[in-house]
Amino acid sequence: MKVGKEVLELSDVTVRFAGDSGDGMQLTGTQFTNTTALVGNDLSTLPDYPAEIRAPVGTTYGVSGFQLHFSSSDIQTPGDSPDILVAMNPAALKVNVKDLKHNAAIIININSFDARNLKLAGYDTNPLEDGSLEGYNVVQVPLSQQTSKALEDSGLSAKEISRCKNFFALGMMYWLYSRPIEPTLKWIKDKFKDTPLLAAANEKALLAGYYFGENTELFTTRYQVEPAKLPKGIYRNISGNEALAIGFVTASVKSGLPLFLGSYPITPASDILHELSKHKNFGVRTFQAEDEIAAITSAIGAAFSGALAITTTSGPGVALKTEAIGLAVMTELPLIIIDVQRGGPSTGLPTKTEQSDLQQAINGRNGEAPVVVIAACTPADCFNMALEAARLATKYMVPVLYLSDGYIANGSEPWKIPEPDSIPGIEVKFRTEKEGFAPYMRDENLARPWAIPGTAGLEHRIGGLEKSNVSGNVSYDPENHEFMVRLRAQKVKNIENDIPELEVTGDIDADVLVIGWGGTYGSITEAVSRARRNGGRVAQAHFKYLNPFPKNTGEVLNKYKHIICAELNMGQLAKFLKSEYLVDIDSFTKIQGLPFKSSEIEKKIETVIGGYSK
Amino acid sequence: MIDNQPKENSQEKIKYTAKDFTSSQDVRWCPGCGDYSILAQVQRTSPDLGFKKENVVWVSGIGCSSRFPYYMDTYGIHGIHGRAPAIATGVKVNNPNLDVWVATGDGDLLSIGGNHFIHACRRNVDIKILLFNNKIYGLTKGQYSPTSEKGKKTKSTPFGSVDFPFNPLSLALGAEATFVARSLDRDPKHLQAIIKRASEHAGTAFIEIYQNCNIFNDGAFELYTEKDTKPDNVVFLEHGKPMIFGKNQDKGIKLEGLNPKVVDLANGEASVNDLWIHDEFDESPARAFILAQFTENENMPLPVGVFRQIKRSTYDKDFHEQIERIKKVKGEGDLKKLLFAGNMWTVN
Repeated sequence: MKVGKEVLELSDVTVRFAGDSGDGMQLTGTQFTNTTALVGNDLSTLPDYPAEIRAPVGTTYGVSGFQLHFSSSDIQTPGDSPDILVAMNPAALKVNVKDLKHNAAIIININSFDARNLKLAGYDTNPLEDGSLEGYNVVQVPLSQQTSKALEDSGLSAKEISRCKNFFALGMMYWLYSRPIEPTLKWIKDKFKDTPLLAAANEKALLAGYYFGENTELFTTRYQVEPAKLPKGIYRNISGNEALAIGFVTASVKSGLPLFLGSYPITPASDILHELSKHKNFGVRTFQAEDEIAAITSAIGAAFSGALAITTTSGPGVALKTEAIGLAVMTELPLIIIDVQRGGPSTGLPTKTEQSDLQQAINGRNGEAPVVVIAACTPADCFNMALEAARLATKYMVPVLYLSDGYIANGSEPWKIPEPDSIPGIEVKFRTEKEGFAPYMRDENLARPWAIPGTAGLEHRIGGLEKSNVSGNVSYDPENHEFMVRLRAQKVKNIENDIPELEVTGDIDADVLVIGWGGTYGSITEAVSRARRNGGRVAQAHFKYLNPFPKNTGEVLNKYKHIICAELNMGQLAKFLKSEYLVDIDSFTKIQGLPFKSSEIEKKIETVIGGYSK
Repeated sequence: MIDNQPKENSQEKIKYTAKDFTSSQDVRWCPGCGDYSILAQVQRTSPDLGFKKENVVWVSGIGCSSRFPYYMDTYGIHGIHGRAPAIATGVKVNNPNLDVWVATGDGDLLSIGGNHFIHACRRNVDIKILLFNNKIYGLTKGQYSPTSEKGKKTKSTPFGSVDFPFNPLSLALGAEATFVARSLDRDPKHLQAIIKRASEHAGTAFIEIYQNCNIFNDGAFELYTEKDTKPDNVVFLEHGKPMIFGKNQDKGIKLEGLNPKVVDLANGEASVNDLWIHDEFDESPARAFILAQFTENENMPLPVGVFRQIKRSTYDKDFHEQIERIKKVKGEGDLKKLLFAGNMWTVN
């Protein structure tokens, strides 16, 4: 028994768990995250998994990873480079080693480094012996063997025992980073309540891993990360998809409208459908349609009949919904289309993140078909933007396209839970008054009345053919068409008066402004604050409203000599801003299916500034 | 002029007339089109269907038939091509108190919208689908449709089409539709009766209506609609009754195993007792399917009437019952409990 192991205080740590997609790495990462949240660290996560559910075992295609950055202070990203990697097999090592920090620790399941697995991973020589891991702190743990030993009397088969090794790894990591094991013990008890043998085995494996950490001579140091000093309040850890889903349930309660979701399963948006399906006690209507088109058109039908109607999808699904979005534009119904973006084009990179649907969102329809386009910028922000989407759609009787992305949808962060009473109401009034009613009459916001079936005396027809202003009758009149096209555009444009202005942070009077939109907020914010800490003078502004843009956008852009626009596409926002405001923009892009590393943006800033002054 | 001035009397339970269901919009189908008759039969029947006019929603897709909602003074959505069943499903699921009807054509429902049609049928959403089948594309000016006979010469198939058509009733039966019927635009009384039957059915009700397009496919159904040929070529299906047809009611249909056969009742070949007795409520779809296939056999007359009607719970009803059940088990949704959930911690 080793006594008096050194405890080292760290301010922040980035860990990555990696293994076969059947090794339970997402579960391990999630458990580590939940426990870390309970300890009170600020955190940010990045799950990274293959599109194949179970790719061939032992190959690099099947490697699934989960990265977690936790800290005693405020953090914005899941971390650029891990400080420590847990690699369950050679393939996991091969895929992940290039991302690690110099000097990073690598915990290896030595039992999996046999000739067969090395060959499957494509290693010609054993990296543990050929010197290629020099510079890393490699810890070789007999993880499979230790798990088997701990569970030899468990009554489980060898295969079942092998599947418990992720809990052994988790227990070991809990010891190493001084995390309590009780939350996971409680979770195991609950999760496996119907299979007591498995519950006992997983519990035993977790404890065995924990005690292994304590007793082994492989670890001489153990680490501690103090709780972060976050604003006072009650917190929970939340992913973007989860926040978005409960955001819409909240919007339903706050507006008094039943929530209707028409959806067809698609990565990475399906979790929203799963989450909302749980909340039927709120009267939530989840309709799993036969295809993407039925998903949105059923939502259009529901909107017509008075629901807060949403449809959730990813880029390929938006492509299929395109014609129906046009119908919602023409019929001026409140409809929210949620696009959790992934790598494209076509099927592209289903499980990887990208921001390449902005052009599709703003312009991707036949005819002049303006919709409101908004984007959430962090996992927790997905909650706020759900409320905002509902507010704008119902107030202006207009479709809202809500952009999220795989990175914030699956990533998570601590969320300070708002008191329900502190969330403003969403006022919705159906038209019931017969006197003077016409389906395409306008209020002060240019919105037409929402008169739902069941209301006597307001029977009317809507549809995709051009409508005569006020009466809503079908009209092919040339002047009327131009009038209506401009009216629909003006209605959306006017929303700039009802959204927050673009806020500039950092060195407001700097020469360099870094802009971005949506899910890159964390990476850019981290990069800008690092650059400023290093002596650079930089301002930052981040877009959450893409159509219309905030009213002061032109004014902000014109203030800066050099504007860097960081996006995970080929420069789509930059293009829109250049054509709209005639400003020069230095487009900084990445299209690898991965989020920005803060260091990448920081390096760009440094290059533009010409080095830091201090 | 606004076409939907509120009707004074629509709030209390009143006796409607066909006029109450007629919008002010000029009907813009070609003169002589079969759609006029279908519209007239719907408007004539609507007052007798027992629903409040403000609860009626007509949904359509694209095509000549899909202009239908504009002419009904009810709520309506003229949707996009093929999607009417999906739009109607959204309307009905969101508010099951509404009476939701779909007006559609053979291109709209069976070509571009085939997927939504079969899924509406299998779910048994309580919507009524009126298929205006003219076996041609009218609004795009005369291409062959998925119900056009093989070899059909049209603008897009000058040498004749080479694909086999859909049999709409076989398709509906195969998709588990719980009410399947056929009627004719030129038989107003029959069409009215079938509309009424569809309206009374709980679940997806499908009516195929043979509808003449006098511009691009004139006379396609002449054999079944003209006085002198109709009796010998159409058999009216009536529940519990033997299948008899012919000018002199002297022909019958006998089912020999799986094979239907026309028999002569006059020459002693067969008697009424030998004939196939129609059973609309047969649990098995097999006989209804054999009936649907008559159109593929030139020796058989065209059956019209209700082919099949079975009881099955409706999607919209089950959908809302589940919600109510979950509300009872979990308790009415509480926002505070929703937000303050999962692993929470307090920062002081």
